[in-house]
Amino acid sequence: MLKILKYSFYDLMRSRWSYVYFLFYLALGFVLLFLNQDLSKAVITLMNVIIVLVPLISTIFGVMYFYNSKEFTELLLAQPLKRTSIFLGQYLGVAGSLTLSLVLGLGVPFVLYGLFRSDAIWDFSLLLITGAFLTMIFTALAFNIALSNENKIKGFGYAVLMWLFLAVIYDGLFLLSLIIFEEYPLDSFSLVATTFNPIDLSRTLILLKLDISALLGYTGAVFKSYFGTNLGLFVSLGMLVLWTILPVWRLAYKSKRKDF
Amino acid sequence: MIQIENLHKKFGKNQVLSHLDLHIDEGGIFAVLGPNGSGKTTLIKSILGMVVPNKGSLSVLGSSVRKNWKYRQEIDYLPQIANFPGNLKVKELIRMIKDLRQKPSKEQELITLFGLEPFLDKKLATLSGGTKQKVNIVLTFMFDSPLIILDEPTTGLDPASLIKLKELILQEKNKGKTILITTHIMQFVEEMADKIVYLLEGNIYFKGTIDDLMAKTEQNDFEHAIAAISTHTTNA
Repeated sequence: MLKILKYSFYDLMRSRWSYVYFLFYLALGFVLLFLNQDLSKAVITLMNVIIVLVPLISTIFGVMYFYNSKEFTELLLAQPLKRTSIFLGQYLGVAGSLTLSLVLGLGVPFVLYGLFRSDAIWDFSLLLITGAFLTMIFTALAFNIALSNENKIKGFGYAVLMWLFLAVIYDGLFLLSLIIFEEYPLDSFSLVATTFNPIDLSRTLILLKLDISALLGYTGAVFKSYFGTNLGLFVSLGMLVLWTILPVWRLAYKSKRKDF
Repeated sequence: MIQIENLHKKFGKNQVLSHLDLHIDEGGIFAVLGPNGSGKTTLIKSILGMVVPNKGSLSVLGSSVRKNWKYRQEIDYLPQIANFPGNLKVKELIRMIKDLRQKPSKEQELITLFGLEPFLDKKLATLSGGTKQKVNIVLTFMFDSPLIILDEPTTGLDPASLIKLKELILQEKNKGKTILITTHIMQFVEEMADKIVYLLEGNIYFKGTIDDLMAKTEQNDFEHAIAAISTHTTNA
């Protein structure tokens, strides 16, 4: 698996898009920090960007890479290699290089700004960890969609729809249901609804850590009153881990049974 | 070498292979023939484990194919259409496959044989179809495995390279290897093959030597004998 990971990773590191992605975060980090002068505000803005953009880019990158490397995959399948190691290697190659672009792109400006001397280091680290999780989750989901759809256009469509649903539509439906059922106790419902969406989950996680009640929103408040800050952090991190493991497991399971 | 029993494969509603039994125990060149869509490639991909059969057992060199991958170390496979990752250089691709298989290889000899030196630093996407096929051949023959599977090896080759390929195949055969070839070029089969495996509608219709086939179909020309199988069955 490590060899496949190595080749996929090198392949991506040579591609222009990894650099574009890296430079984008680099520019974003510099602009936010040096024009804003307020670290906690910069972290919040970054959170909003990360929570929407990281899933989108991971999804599109994941689907694109999977379809583009079809030939590579077929070449590898005839070699003495385990199927799971071929697909997990490719997955980790994509997710790894995207995470690296994110962490380096945002990390460099923050280090230059003097992050190590500030109190915001934990908030910032959590932001990067969440970003890494979102990358892993959405790349895995994208790989799953691409594996199950031979047709590129369909696969692409489903992947973008999935992102749109989780990033935008889900929240809308959630709010709508809160309004419609406002006469009922909705604590546990909203708690569960949040954990079913990795994007919401990440947002709650970061806001819990930042401890900004005004931005916490209904779910965040429920989370906090239910679990307390520390347990809330723990539970939401655990859910993110679960969100990563399940699609990766399905990827391994499905890839073993597919015909090429 | 290869033991296949009661193999079934369906793609959706399309039954590609049914009740297929095949035993190949000895060395030599076996031509897998059959009309388009008769299941040749599916059969080969099942042997390679790329296609997962619905039913039946399949073993190569004594080890079962199902949920196994180590046996592929003993197979050299030439895929039908040479689709390689386009952004890799020829040199890098060869190095990568060598790295993945960790076996002694003789790629330098083959690169010289097919005159590929000027292309080593070119990206695969820029190569012509014939040159890609030569790279494909180098990747297949550079290892020393007891089983060689060639899916349409002659595609896109010029006459000079075709002669070199034939010599290469005969060399490997003389080492006692088993070689499976699919092709639609009957002249090639007549010249090279020791035995013929004829697939029809997902089953083996005939297995034997060319002479057996001509006797069975009462033809004295190989190409007509092959054609006679298909017309024979459609009339029947």
